[in-house]
Amino acid sequence: METDPNTMLDQWAEDSEYKWGFVTDIESETVPPGLNEDVIRLISARKSEPEWLLEWRLDAFAKWQEMTEPPWAHWPDHDWRPIDYQAISYFSAPKSDDDRPKSLDEVDPKLLETYEKLGIPLEERAALAGVAVDAVFDSVSVATTFRDKLAEAGVIFCSFSEAVQEHPELVRKYLGKVVPRTDNFFAALNAAVFTDGSFVYIPKGVRCPMELSTYFRINQMNTGQFERTLIIAEEGSYVSYLEGCTAPQRDENQLHAAVVELIAMEDAEIKYSTIQNWYPGDENGVGGIYNFVTKRGLCQGDRSHISWTQVETGSAMTWKYPSCVLKGDDSVGEFYSVALTNNHQQADTGTKMVHVGKRTRSNVVSKGISAGKGHNTYRGLVKILPGAAEARNYTQCDSMLMGSACGAHTFPVIEVENPTAQVEHEASTTKIGEDQIFYCNQRGISSEDAVSMIVNGFCREVLAELPMEFAVEARALLALSLEDSVG
Amino acid sequence: MSLLEIKNLHASVDGIEILKGINLTIEPGQVHSIMGPNGSGKSTLARVISGEETYDVTEGSVLLGGKDLLDMDPEERAREGIFLAFQYPVEIPGVSTKYFLRTAVNSIRAHRGLDELDAYGFLKLVKEKAAWVELDPALLDRPVNEGFSGGEKKRAEIFQMAMLEPTMCILDETDSGLDIDALRIVADGVNQQRSPDRGFLVITHYQRLLEYIVPDVVHVLLDGRIVRSGGKEIALELEDKGYGWLEEEVAAGA
Ligand SMILES: Nc1ncnc2c1ncn2[C@@H]1O[C@H](COP(=O)(O)OP(=O)(O)O)[C@@H](O)[C@H]1O
Ligand SMILES: [Mg+2]
Repeated sequence: METDPNTMLDQWAEDSEYKWGFVTDIESETVPPGLNEDVIRLISARKSEPEWLLEWRLDAFAKWQEMTEPPWAHWPDHDWRPIDYQAISYFSAPKSDDDRPKSLDEVDPKLLETYEKLGIPLEERAALAGVAVDAVFDSVSVATTFRDKLAEAGVIFCSFSEAVQEHPELVRKYLGKVVPRTDNFFAALNAAVFTDGSFVYIPKGVRCPMELSTYFRINQMNTGQFERTLIIAEEGSYVSYLEGCTAPQRDENQLHAAVVELIAMEDAEIKYSTIQNWYPGDENGVGGIYNFVTKRGLCQGDRSHISWTQVETGSAMTWKYPSCVLKGDDSVGEFYSVALTNNHQQADTGTKMVHVGKRTRSNVVSKGISAGKGHNTYRGLVKILPGAAEARNYTQCDSMLMGSACGAHTFPVIEVENPTAQVEHEASTTKIGEDQIFYCNQRGISSEDAVSMIVNGFCREVLAELPMEFAVEARALLALSLEDSVG
Repeated sequence: MSLLEIKNLHASVDGIEILKGINLTIEPGQVHSIMGPNGSGKSTLARVISGEETYDVTEGSVLLGGKDLLDMDPEERAREGIFLAFQYPVEIPGVSTKYFLRTAVNSIRAHRGLDELDAYGFLKLVKEKAAWVELDPALLDRPVNEGFSGGEKKRAEIFQMAMLEPTMCILDETDSGLDIDALRIVADGVNQQRSPDRGFLVITHYQRLLEYIVPDVVHVLLDGRIVRSGGKEIALELEDKGYGWLEEEVAAGA
């Protein structure tokens, strides 16, 4: 078999031109649809990856081929669209600047209006709207400033591809350690074909000098549907990371299958916040993204701490269970979630807290909001292993229904194998009442503001976990996502 | 011009008529009381005036200061000056009473062409008005009505009324479930708010409240109709004899 990646690439390009007959220069950067070993070799070659990583991908691919897509629950009210894995194009180079708007004047005014409603800072709007980077005033220098500041602290924060080139030993050491490449169907697919993502390394004793967010928001655009993120926090370090943003993100791809791995050493803390607002499909349930994500954190060291916070308002279908393996003694895992489904959206989300070490603690707060014909499912596992003496878990799981056509479902599983552990579970379901809205109206408050207020009140404990500026945007996002569901 | 003018008001829910032709006029500065047995339509009248959408108005008109209320959304009516102290105030978990009220005060101020109240001005107002009904301001950091005792809920309603400075105040059985001390506190709070340009419609089951909030006119509501109007003495008569005799009289007259 051909081994030199570059020769192989040329060969492949020639072949494909012949086979698929695509000719234009612009498209020569895009792989035609389909998945096979050659495509994986091509991705790896395009990224000049080391041999071991190619092997790693190929191995994942081989295992993936033996796996079957999980037949997970979805409720009526959503017409399942089977995913044709051979119809996906697994690699496309970033859009060239020529294809992008040159300035904000060329951007759809409706989109800009939404940015405004969400309270997205002026200087970020151009970047989010996909305006060619050169035309985005300051964004490059902003990014550079961030980089300098981070470098000074010894923090590595770069794209996954860059990390593979510049820190191969770190990537090799930790990649797939928390989410094995064959963990599940979608994780295996991601391992085989991931194109990019982010890499963060916080050295021992370093407190990351800023939220890894603003920089990320500007630079994360077009990272693609198979994202891979790896965050390593060495002993005694701290980092707060924000993924995604409130700005609506259109994407033609049906499937998103990201993998996120977090590792916290002794006394380290990782706070990972997500705002997910991928295209949810239209009000009739046509289109929208299937967002099947594997996120897991390993509390490796004693007294380490991993906290997941998520605000999920997008995607047609979400399957996502950010989890913590609490290995170190006295380590802490947290999960704070708001999932909002409207129209025909369905979200199946929750967490797994696996208690391994002594006196490990976990805290789970899940808030599901269903409107329209949306369905929200909480699916959680709390597992206390025999060695986890005096482990504690507290789970609170609240659902809010708007209207009578939507649904809320909870499937908590608790497995306790140590008698000294304490596990508590509380659940509630409330209906957002016409009478609550009328009460607000009667005090001069519009229905829209009332719903926003009631929903934000319901989610308060989760929103409080978000970094300040994003909490403000997240509030606006929740209100906006429900705008049309108020009578 | 009259403050509130209700003419031949008919309202139904799910096709069942509940209000069967109400006529009622309240002048600025007046206190009117509506009495009537359970199920006679008192709360329905209050809710129809404030614009709850579950009720279909099939006939009649309601004017506030000459403006057609039936054309307005409930929030517009509130901004125009209608206030309803609810019989059963709802809870809004996670939303602090202060935040809720500040939103309310400012949306009403905006409608009246006034500037938003800043945090300082708002808190000053809160302190002053909370004292009127002896409401502990610490309560206002709690979510709206959540964990409030029955009496606290009623006092909070009257406090909200003071904050929003409406022109037409409707009290729906604000006295029910209150002991005599709480009743007096609530009544004092209301009396402090009486003014020459403000009107009150006090709905009650018992005449007890009317000893503290003295009405100009008392109406008796029976099965969706006002069957009698008069002075304070009607309340005493009802207290004495109950509603039965009136029901018989109305039936005989019909
Ligand atoms: N939303 C509603 N749906 C159905 N029936 C209602 C509704 N509101 C009121 N009613 C009916 O209308 C009548 C009057 O009720 P209400 O106005 O609450 O009386 P009151 O306040 O005088 O006790 C009752 O028979 C009640 O059952
Ligand atoms: Mg009533």
